[in-house]
Amino acid sequence: MCQVEEDYNGLECKQEKIPVPTLDRKCVKCKEGTAALIIRVSDAFCRSCFKEYFIHKFRAMLGKNRVIFPQEKVLLAVSGGAASCSMLSQVIEGLSRDAPKKLRFLPGIIYIDDGGACGRSQEERQRSVDQLKSIFTHTGFPYFIVPLEQVFVLPSSVLVPVTPDPDPSSPSYKHAVDQYIREHKLAEEDEPSAAARLRVEDSYPPEHKLALESLFSSLNTLTAKEDMLHTLRQHLILHVARENGFSKVMMGESCSRLAVKLLSNIALGRGAALASDTGFSDPRFGDVGIVRPMRDYSSKEIAAYCRMFDVPSVFIPGLETRTPDKASVQRLTEAFITNLQAEFPSTVSTIYRTSEKLHTVKPSESEHSEPASRCLLCVCALDTCVDKASAFHATLLSEQLSQIKLQDVSHDALRCAETQDASHDALRCTETQCCGTGGCSSNRVPAHQDLKTLLCYSCRLTIKDMGSVATLPAYITAEAERRRKRSLMKKEISEYLLEDAD
Amino acid sequence: MTLNALQCCVRITIMPVQCSNCAQRRAVLKRPKTAHSLCKDCFFWAFEEEIHQTIMSAGLFNRGETVAIGASGGKDSTVLAHVMKLLNERYGYGLNLLLLSVDEGITGYRDDSLETVKRNQQQYELPLKIVSYEELYGWTMDAIVKQVGLKNNCTFCGVFRRQALDRGAMMLKVDKICTGHNADDVAETVLMNVLRGDIARLRRCTSISTASEGEGAIPRCKPLKYAYEKEIVLYAYFKKLDYFSTECIYSPNAYRGHARAFLKDLESIRPSSIIDVIHSGETLSVKDGVKMPVQGTCSRCGYISSQALCKSCVLLEGLNRGLPKLGIGKHHRLHGKILSREPLTEQEEKKLKAVDF
Repeated sequence: MCQVEEDYNGLECKQEKIPVPTLDRKCVKCKEGTAALIIRVSDAFCRSCFKEYFIHKFRAMLGKNRVIFPQEKVLLAVSGGAASCSMLSQVIEGLSRDAPKKLRFLPGIIYIDDGGACGRSQEERQRSVDQLKSIFTHTGFPYFIVPLEQVFVLPSSVLVPVTPDPDPSSPSYKHAVDQYIREHKLAEEDEPSAAARLRVEDSYPPEHKLALESLFSSLNTLTAKEDMLHTLRQHLILHVARENGFSKVMMGESCSRLAVKLLSNIALGRGAALASDTGFSDPRFGDVGIVRPMRDYSSKEIAAYCRMFDVPSVFIPGLETRTPDKASVQRLTEAFITNLQAEFPSTVSTIYRTSEKLHTVKPSESEHSEPASRCLLCVCALDTCVDKASAFHATLLSEQLSQIKLQDVSHDALRCAETQDASHDALRCTETQCCGTGGCSSNRVPAHQDLKTLLCYSCRLTIKDMGSVATLPAYITAEAERRRKRSLMKKEISEYLLEDAD
Repeated sequence: MTLNALQCCVRITIMPVQCSNCAQRRAVLKRPKTAHSLCKDCFFWAFEEEIHQTIMSAGLFNRGETVAIGASGGKDSTVLAHVMKLLNERYGYGLNLLLLSVDEGITGYRDDSLETVKRNQQQYELPLKIVSYEELYGWTMDAIVKQVGLKNNCTFCGVFRRQALDRGAMMLKVDKICTGHNADDVAETVLMNVLRGDIARLRRCTSISTASEGEGAIPRCKPLKYAYEKEIVLYAYFKKLDYFSTECIYSPNAYRGHARAFLKDLESIRPSSIIDVIHSGETLSVKDGVKMPVQGTCSRCGYISSQALCKSCVLLEGLNRGLPKLGIGKHHRLHGKILSREPLTEQEEKKLKAVDF
């Protein structure tokens, strides 16, 4: 979000280093052109070699991972920042070239207008949207501009991961490429018609605007706000991708951003999902894969590229903009890494490389198809079924030991995750239930406690920072209720089930 | 629930806050871990009970074992010794406890803190064994710092202490060692290992006890793993425990300092952060196929090591040859030469000499 600052630092370095002693320095690559910038300590690149290097990196990333098939529909998530805009420019570049390594997927663009959660006025939001629209129209790709308020009309199905069809129908990457080349139909020529059907869903009823405001004001900390915004944004992108047949979503997170994300996710208790949160591809939603092709670029490289080659981007203030370092866990981590990076230049790359050595804990096999084993909010595998000797149970115990004992505190009660640790929270919820959710009010609003058992460790923390869960969008509460009923049902018939299958 | 509601009101209306556990006595503190207000007795009870649960759920000890408590005289180990003795009696663990201290030979620091340990020994009536760097290695930290300077001396001290504790434990023939590492220490180590990209340690650092695979090594455990540093201080404060609180006179570890400061800031934003970091560390898992060091034994002293020579033998060799930097950074290629007692080339020596200050 706050890349502006980082980027500025990047440029500063460049300007500091080049002028006096190295004006006549040659490019390390072609050894002919005059060096225009220094990427790492001794690597001075000329303008054209830098461009080539930057473009190559993008293709190399896609080529190495081989997850995007020819003719696949890919949704580019663009926030307006330098990283996602340069990702957009790379896709345009890759599609326009007549070289043999031409990219062959079908792109679309999505922008989530989160101004409603960040307290921006209607005019400001419109201005940003207009700027982005002109960038998007220029690309000729179909685009979606979705206000965050749309979360109030999402269906519950968003929260259910869809297992993609098993292999027979989806051949290997190499096979798909061969087939594509054999058929060689130039489908791109028909694309303008697709571009013509722009879907701009930038209208929303005023009650959704208010509902969004009350949702974010019920979150007591900026840490929780940021986490919630991220989750909701992810759900919206997923929904648009599914509705429109996109099977991949590209995120423009740079390696600097991912290093911050990795460390802040550790601080937020998201260790179990670390690999999918920061890796190249994130398969948690099943049918729609998230990929991060910009993860090899530092924010400095991106800033330099955008500046040298006039990549248009739009500055859009977010939740974190102009907040002090200690405003939230995420903000603090960013400041910490930026400072450490200035002192120890290998910080970002070291953290980033750590992420490549991790992998996600798979949910235990018997229940991997059951959505109940996934977190209701972030859809990662639940990490709360852990050993009794763990930080999770130690926290539950602490909470229990420092509160009034309603009955005898038996240690057996601890074995299951559902303890009555926050009974006064539950009480508070029932008082506020009457406010409703703005949307479908026939749903029972779950109490904190009901909701908690469906969440992963970290999402529990976010909900804990929430005054009232009644402000959550209806699709979340409805799905929570459905899962709760289903697990009750399962408990009732448990003695007749032979194995713990779906 | 009605009781709870009532209590919520009480908290708001009447200024002297009541204990949220017994609802009878006045609360004297707000628990850093859960933000509940507790009276002294309830806090003591909760703190001790949590450690008891940690010990039980992780199965740290077996009846009849002899357990050495690593005692430095600082707050963590003092509280650990106190609680271990108390729980051993309260719950009848049947453990034979004793104190084990390491004398690094730091004048003005360790000699004073060892006095505290000696007082603790009398208060708790536990046997005490002190092993010193001087008798084990022939070098005191004072002498080491004289040779290597203030930079990197923590590497020597840390590596030597780990082994000294083990050697002392072997002399005493104990079954287990427990150390006073608290939740803050563990969380800090998780962060450190991420920042350094040390995947092997990242995986190991959150486990509550070391695996007892290697024959040479005595299993160690951290009963205070889930106890907040602040709560340990509160406990020591209200119990009026006698502990020594002075920073080591030699330079503090600079890089760890960054991680520590970051963790403290995190805690100030969200108090559960410390436990959250540990939870992350416990649940993350390493990809198969990532190269991990293999545990072996040192060919010189027989101590566990992933290299031909263990770190403390390399460090010691460096000290004795007057090449203190031999053990700082990676010089695995020189291990063969050290083992066969060959001289190093002039160029190699030049790199490993102490830096001038």
